[in-house]
Amino acid sequence: MAGPRTHLLWRAALLHRISGVLLAIFLPVHFLMLGLAIRGADALDGALVWTDTVPVKVAEFGLVFLLAVHLAGGLRILVLENFQWRDGQKTFAAAAVGVSFIVAMLFGLRVL
Amino acid sequence: MTKPLKVSIWRGGADGDYQSFEVPAKANQTVLDVVTWVQRHADATLAYRFACRVGMCGSCAMMVNGEPRWTCRSHVSSVIRDGQLKLAPLANLPVIRDLTVDMTPFFDKWQRAEARFHPSMTRRDEVPAIKPDTAARKAADAAVECINCGVCYAACDTVRWNSNYLGPAALNRAWTLVNDERDAGTRQRLAAVSGTGGCYNCHSHQSCQAYCPKALNPTRSIAGLKRAGLAAKP
Ligand code: SF4
Ligand code: SF4
Ligand code: FES
Repeated sequence: MAGPRTHLLWRAALLHRISGVLLAIFLPVHFLMLGLAIRGADALDGALVWTDTVPVKVAEFGLVFLLAVHLAGGLRILVLENFQWRDGQKTFAAAAVGVSFIVAMLFGLRVL
Repeated sequence: MTKPLKVSIWRGGADGDYQSFEVPAKANQTVLDVVTWVQRHADATLAYRFACRVGMCGSCAMMVNGEPRWTCRSHVSSVIRDGQLKLAPLANLPVIRDLTVDMTPFFDKWQRAEARFHPSMTRRDEVPAIKPDTAARKAADAAVECINCGVCYAACDTVRWNSNYLGPAALNRAWTLVNDERDAGTRQRLAAVSGTGGCYNCHSHQSCQAYCPKALNPTRSIAGLKRAGLAAKP
């Protein structure tokens, strides 16, 4: 696709938006799990058995990635807007994605 | 002989359509050359704008294959895709006819952003010396070469979503004046650019910078306004 909506920093903004929306959708599920933990060990264990399946593990890897990339991308924008301008924003945006991927990989290797 | 260029050009107003032309391909041909050839040899009623032809006046901007460009300095070879050129009026502005848009909303926003000089002295005062190496002068220098072409305005999604948004060019100009020692209007300017449709609407995704033909960085200027606006709050 051609047009102004293809350059790297626009894609970084899109990723930030999508990760934000997905995290917002995930958060209620997360709180539901926490709610189960409060209700008692049995209820939580029942749910945690379900989290042991491979698709859920992959989804968790995805969630850690989303969280990391939303955090790192958001920090980039906060720094850009609140401190002296620095050139090389494309490099920073790419680094944010790279670091987030590594973080998610480390998490994945630890839990899988 | 090289194959002719396939060119489709927007005709009519907002509800118009594309019309196809075949234009002789030449070495070192600009998009504006192509449009001019069509108007001189195929259809004299084609409406488009240009003046300087050398990237100074800012009047020749159009959408070229979906991207905003200054056409007098865009070589066909660098923007053509699959042997085709698709030319449309600049995005985010009302179409008048064919390739001309009404720039009124664009320039009205310059006024709304107080992106004009407010003198602080009279002609009887001595002209102040402005040192070239102060931070303010450097900031103004970095943003001052705007030719009002509207390319950034057409590239900005925030303008597309919010017709009230002042847009990159007006805000960039406002930033040069915030950094102009001779100017006395920064108080009302910061109020003007901090309100509804102002600098805080900008998402910093730098589409304006990616397309500015003068290689300016309105995002940096807008970030400066955001900081100045926050610092100015009581
Ligand atoms: S950085 Fe701001 S002004 Fe530039 S294109 Fe994005 S929203 Fe528009
Ligand atoms: S900032 Fe650049 S793209 Fe925008 S109007 Fe000025 S010269 Fe054109
Ligand atoms: S004709 Fe003047 S900038 Fe293109």
